[in-house]
Amino acid sequence: MSVQNVGVIGSGSFGTAMSNLLAENNEVFLYTRRQAVKEQIDQTRENRGQKVNKSIIITTNLEQVCEKCTLIFLVVDSANFRNLMETMSPYLRPSHFLIHCTKGLNYAENINAEQLDKIDRSQIRTMTEVIIEESCVVRVGVLSGPNLAKEISQHLPAGTVIASKFNEVIEAGKNALKSDRFRVYESKDVLGVELAGVLKNVLALSSGMISGLQFGENCRSLMITRGLGEMIKLSKAMGSDAQAFLGLAGIGDIIATCSSSSSRNFTVGNRLAKGDSLEQIIDSMNEVAEGVKTTKMAWKLARNYNLDTPIIDAIYGILYNKNSIENTLQNLMTHHYDIDADYLG
Amino acid sequence: MSRNRDFTRVVPNIKDWPIYKLSNEKEQFAKLFIERSLEQIRLKTPNKQQLEDELVKAIYLENIRLKQNPWKVDTKEEKEFWYGLKKNLNKRTQLQTSNRDNSVFESIVEKYAYEILGNFNEKTYDFAETATAQAFNRLLNPTRLLGNYDAQDQASKRIHVMGEVDAIRKLATKGTIVLLPTHHSNLDSVLIGWALNYIGLPAFLYGAGLNLFNNRIMGYYMNRLGAYKIDRRKKNSFYLETLKTYSKLTIQRGCHTLFFPGGTRSRSGKLESKLKLGLLSTVVDAQQLNFTNPISKETANQKIFIVPLVISYHFVLEASQLIDQYLKARGKEKYFTGTDSIPSTTKFATFFRKLITSKSNLALNFGKPMDILGNLVDKETGESIGIGGKKIDIKDYFTNFGKLTQDDQRTSEYTRMLASKVSERYLSENVVLTSHLCTYAAFEILRKRHKRLDLYGLLRLPKEDRIIPYDHFMKVIDKLRNEMIEMHDAGKLVLSPYILNSNLDRFVKYGLNNAGIYHNKKTLFLTKDGNVSSEDMKLLYFYHNRMTGYGISNLF
Repeated sequence: MSVQNVGVIGSGSFGTAMSNLLAENNEVFLYTRRQAVKEQIDQTRENRGQKVNKSIIITTNLEQVCEKCTLIFLVVDSANFRNLMETMSPYLRPSHFLIHCTKGLNYAENINAEQLDKIDRSQIRTMTEVIIEESCVVRVGVLSGPNLAKEISQHLPAGTVIASKFNEVIEAGKNALKSDRFRVYESKDVLGVELAGVLKNVLALSSGMISGLQFGENCRSLMITRGLGEMIKLSKAMGSDAQAFLGLAGIGDIIATCSSSSSRNFTVGNRLAKGDSLEQIIDSMNEVAEGVKTTKMAWKLARNYNLDTPIIDAIYGILYNKNSIENTLQNLMTHHYDIDADYLG
Repeated sequence: MSRNRDFTRVVPNIKDWPIYKLSNEKEQFAKLFIERSLEQIRLKTPNKQQLEDELVKAIYLENIRLKQNPWKVDTKEEKEFWYGLKKNLNKRTQLQTSNRDNSVFESIVEKYAYEILGNFNEKTYDFAETATAQAFNRLLNPTRLLGNYDAQDQASKRIHVMGEVDAIRKLATKGTIVLLPTHHSNLDSVLIGWALNYIGLPAFLYGAGLNLFNNRIMGYYMNRLGAYKIDRRKKNSFYLETLKTYSKLTIQRGCHTLFFPGGTRSRSGKLESKLKLGLLSTVVDAQQLNFTNPISKETANQKIFIVPLVISYHFVLEASQLIDQYLKARGKEKYFTGTDSIPSTTKFATFFRKLITSKSNLALNFGKPMDILGNLVDKETGESIGIGGKKIDIKDYFTNFGKLTQDDQRTSEYTRMLASKVSERYLSENVVLTSHLCTYAAFEILRKRHKRLDLYGLLRLPKEDRIIPYDHFMKVIDKLRNEMIEMHDAGKLVLSPYILNSNLDRFVKYGLNNAGIYHNKKTLFLTKDGNVSSEDMKLLYFYHNRMTGYGISNLF
């Protein structure tokens, strides 16, 4: 296949890592909204501690990216996602293929989310839904999996999953990412893959806490396994399938983020356990830990569906009610629930 | 309601109608139709074994159908044909297969093709035009049975044609219209035929259930009004592919088409929320083919416009039968069910007579026209409009890295998206009549009062437990109406002017009187003490169901 133009929107650490990967087969346009970042990369060919492939064109011009590229990867955090789509929308056509790599959720527009203590499926949007709401693009997909930016930038082997309702989107994504150090698996379960990637961040937070308190590996495994059950229950209530949770976007990503200090959400949990306040941590990080926002959404969703989700509730209490981590984790041990895996059937 | 008016014919000369041309070039078209159907089936059954399997399956299923589910329309010749094939199949040896399979397969497809092909007849059209208008006039107007009158004019006073009529008239000359009506009664097709003629559109191709042809009067008109036949009993892949090919080709030729995307009448009384994807996919496919493989120069790139149509009745002739079938299918109780066939000629006459004695209104709301992806289109130019008023070139939906490509998987996904758009539009284009609001309120009040009962318990509620105090009923209706006015203003549904403008007492009285007005048992009525009650809970449930889907039950 001839060289294609591929766009990457977002110059964070994962956007940069993706651009480098894509640059092996394609002409890559990496968009950043900040002129200073563009200049810095142009001068140093480095960003977020990663080398930036020489062939990558750094641009602050969204229109140019949309004009040049049919296939575009969106690598921005969920809080800025809708804004980005609004800005991009005038330049997009139905011929575009958009694949997002965002592990977060949004509230639906026109709802006052802060005032609600319960929300249902119709009140939240996944990123593919935001794309469809805000633009004329329908051929959308999601890329998700155990893909720590740092390791990808070090050329270590990894795999991921691209989910889309459209074969041609999956094909385009696979072709663009073809590499002997990066395997792409495919899925049609867009919602499942999106939710798996999003909800696993709650577990990453709690895993960080367990490390911070030095509660040990048995405890971590207990929490991960029980937490996975909660994720699946919640996703099923929201109309998704459980399959994706056993794939790369689910288990795969959980293993990577729950045991790695290079995961942002893990780091947040870890520092909380060591006594830093949430505000301090967020202020000091230069990238977004989606899990903080996700925990609140998951907690509200679980309340709406009347689900028993002790781990989500516990993390919510720690983040938003400033409950003591140690007490909370201790309390979890006395929770009444005692049936093992009962969530797949 | 809206004041109806006179419309001129969009295309004055019948000879210029796409459907007339199609009928005129019937033989030539049939050839192409058969050719493409065979092609399509061969594509789907690429090896001999698959073809043979399908063949055996088709012969087996057809013989079973003829035995177990025979209809009046089935011909003797048809029985012989399938029986003959079955006998040959039994005799056949392995050595003989492939060539013969091919010719047998071709003869089956040819047979199906001629069965499906419609027959538009100019003279009958003119006749039917007057006849249906007169029938409707009688049906809906009690006072002027005798004497000379303008039939069209009278019918139009009872049947309220609303919505995007002007846009559709414009777009009918710019592209191909695919009309997708809701379906609650067998009368729908006649009603729509009348309405299309009334607003001056050329006749539409119409996929009519073969069971409609069991009724000779209906059959006669259907046959000549551009109806092609759909036999829901035939589920084998040869038949389905042939049918789809027909739909695709005629839409590609620019024939305006209508079919009921719910596939059959709504048994529950709900607005259709799950649409059948088979025929709908031919619409998306036809649009794709107009770009990639047009049938002629004139139709290359021709745009297809999707128009949802919602029909609102106070009364559905077959309501009892439909809701029985629905409940039986849900299965907890044995319910008596009639046969799934069209009412007999006598029944029809009775129905007409019943209607003659009243003043029933019904509304046909032509929804906003859309493209095949569900984007609304400009009412003048037909251009698709996306987010923020941006013009969209729909060709772009069919390109892959700049090249137009044919992609079945993509088509089926677009079809699913279109289906969900259409059912969304049904809710917003639904004209809520007074009786809909009353039946909904009454049933929900009773449901709330008897929380512990499941549906089947509710339906068997003793008479004395069905009485709703008038004041309470009015309070609920008032609340409901306020909520719905908000929804109306937000474009989430359409309220009838009665609901919008009359005082509460008046519209409730009208609603109670009109709810299921011609059933033997009263769906809703005022008791001697002036309270609200129902004589038939199943009917009440049926009419109530129309308003489910708006998420308003939490108001109770």
